[in-house]
Amino acid sequence: MLELTGILQWVVSIVVGISESLGLPAIVSDIVLMLLTIVAIVVFLLIMCLFLVWWERKVSAHIQDRLGPMMAGWHGWYQTIADALKLLQKEDIIVKSADRKVHFWAPVIVFTVCLAAYAVIPFGKGLIASDVSIGLLYILAITSFTVIALLMAGWGSNNKYALLGGMRSAAQIVSYEVPLTLSVLGVVLMSGSLSMYHFVEVQTDCFWNWYIWPQLLGFFIYISAATAELNRTPFDLPEAEQELVAGFNIEYSGMKFAMFFLAEFLNMFTASAIATTLFLGGWQPPLPGLDFIPSYLWFIGKSLFLVFVIMWFKWTYPRLRVDHLMAFAWKILLPLAFVNIILTALGVYFF
Amino acid sequence: MSDLIKDIQHNEDEFIINMGPQHPSTHGVLRLILKMKGEFIMDLIPDVGFLHRSLEKIAENRTYAQFMPFTDRVDYCASIPCNFAWAAAVEKLAEIEIPDRAQYLRVIMAELNRIASHLVWLGTMSLDLGAFTPFLYAFREREQILDMFEMTCGQRLTYNYMRIGGVSKDVPPKFYKRCKDFTVDFRKKVDDYEALLTYNPIFLTRTKNVAILPVDDALNYGASGPTIRASGHDWDLRKTHPYSSYDKFNFEIPTGKTGDVWDRYLVRIREMRICCDIIDQALEGLPEGPIMARVPKMFKPKPNEVYSRIEAPRGEMGYYIISDGTTKPYRVKIRTASFAHVQLMNYLCKGWKIADLVAIFGSLDIVLPEVDR
Repeated sequence: MLELTGILQWVVSIVVGISESLGLPAIVSDIVLMLLTIVAIVVFLLIMCLFLVWWERKVSAHIQDRLGPMMAGWHGWYQTIADALKLLQKEDIIVKSADRKVHFWAPVIVFTVCLAAYAVIPFGKGLIASDVSIGLLYILAITSFTVIALLMAGWGSNNKYALLGGMRSAAQIVSYEVPLTLSVLGVVLMSGSLSMYHFVEVQTDCFWNWYIWPQLLGFFIYISAATAELNRTPFDLPEAEQELVAGFNIEYSGMKFAMFFLAEFLNMFTASAIATTLFLGGWQPPLPGLDFIPSYLWFIGKSLFLVFVIMWFKWTYPRLRVDHLMAFAWKILLPLAFVNIILTALGVYFF
Repeated sequence: MSDLIKDIQHNEDEFIINMGPQHPSTHGVLRLILKMKGEFIMDLIPDVGFLHRSLEKIAENRTYAQFMPFTDRVDYCASIPCNFAWAAAVEKLAEIEIPDRAQYLRVIMAELNRIASHLVWLGTMSLDLGAFTPFLYAFREREQILDMFEMTCGQRLTYNYMRIGGVSKDVPPKFYKRCKDFTVDFRKKVDDYEALLTYNPIFLTRTKNVAILPVDDALNYGASGPTIRASGHDWDLRKTHPYSSYDKFNFEIPTGKTGDVWDRYLVRIREMRICCDIIDQALEGLPEGPIMARVPKMFKPKPNEVYSRIEAPRGEMGYYIISDGTTKPYRVKIRTASFAHVQLMNYLCKGWKIADLVAIFGSLDIVLPEVDR
């Protein structure tokens, strides 16, 4: 009804029809379709980004007993658009002693990487850019690139605060990658697949079939580790404002700063989208009778709820110290993740 | 400027970081030069003086009454106690008796200002630890106090409220109910702050047993106020050397046990509740009568020397005045707690991480105009 599957098939048939009528080889229509997909996803994500920035400001404001942006439109809805336009116009300052190439490529990589993750995320019924059979592995691999970008930003800025921030982020992200990867293994064991689309399809019918119930421990480990991966409070040490001023992005201005900033919000949505897909049934409605609401709205709604939870952390908790952070990853999350895997494996074997 | 950096000897695996004078968590314009080994602080040199306004020299060229507005600027977070200390010192010098009502009003205002100052401390310290929300909560309640000051003396930050011999204005009739409501309401608000921070596991790991200050060392460094009370030393001038009308009120002095960051936090939180008790008692027993003693506009105290001190929110604040028998002081020395506490930074921070530095700095509650004067 409101599903996009029909429109997609219509677009595909038009593109294929045109290319066939022009007598072009099949690869041309494939490339055109791929480009269209990429454009659609990027446009969606940019809108989502702007929305998330606005939302974060609203959430924080209401938690802190204030109103947040109110002037620009209804409840300040175009505030972030105005901010983004302002950042676009700003002068791009590169410090004299910076390593120019490294300095330039760091924001590009960080932004590209978080866009690339969306290639395998199922937005709705039939809405997945490419359903590769190793989707989860692909996501885990590509999101690890972020650490290189942050390290490049820290190193390329040639600033001591930025370097400290970069080193912290490297140590932190590499450590938290381990429990993060292990926490999703439980879902892999239970579904017997690595395909992102398959994860959703098996969690069907009712919310009771979602993997969050058998994998509750895994879900908590994932959310904790993902918050750390995102450099959000209470794990926001790489950009600890009070200690390192702004951490790795201290020497960035204008659009390059905006790229780091937007990438942080996009990554937050990515982490929530992965958690939704793995643990919360993806685009499946919680009850069978609720499928009159289109699947992509379920997906976005669940993801935004998780985003809200991550924001909630930020505006409630203080920040951890670097040694406690490491201890938390290696001494608490990692053993718990192992326990989770063993229990899941035993469960899968016996039932 | 850069000489300080060059003076520090450091090894290959150590590096020097210049923190401030523009830095989000140096609470003003303090400059800290850190010798770091990775995340660890090996050495720390505070560089003060960026906010120096030579207030002590200015005092020599003003009459006693004229210097009152300048004392506001000694500590902008807590102007009333600065006024209070100056007024008390000059009154001691000129042997002026001041009316009871003025004494009580001074106490009410000083305690309200103590709460306001502690709220700024609570906000900035939680901000230093990365918790944003308590900051906004603290400033929300501080607004109410500032409103009360505004309705009394017309100012929100630098009050210039005290006069030699009394206070400038009586409180308006609306003030009584407003102040009573505030103290009732504020106790619940303190519970809110504590719910967010005190036993939060992250907050505990960040503050418990961090930067312990034993009593002996605290005494040797000249620490005072909540900093020394957190170390377990029962030293509060309001109790040990009662001034103004503090001997008429019944209140307790909170002390800590170990003297770590958490104790310094807890002592200040408990002090905010005790301020409410004192305000309640003072409002209850507020006597009628004049608010100013009969003091001539220009007066010449006898040649003499006095030192008078009060318990400011950050610790002992004292004025040492030498009079040569003219209308102006011959010499004024201002003793502030923050100056003594800045010296503690090196002692407390060595061996801790840069993340602890901001927690320690926040827990000492240093205000930079007090350091530089």
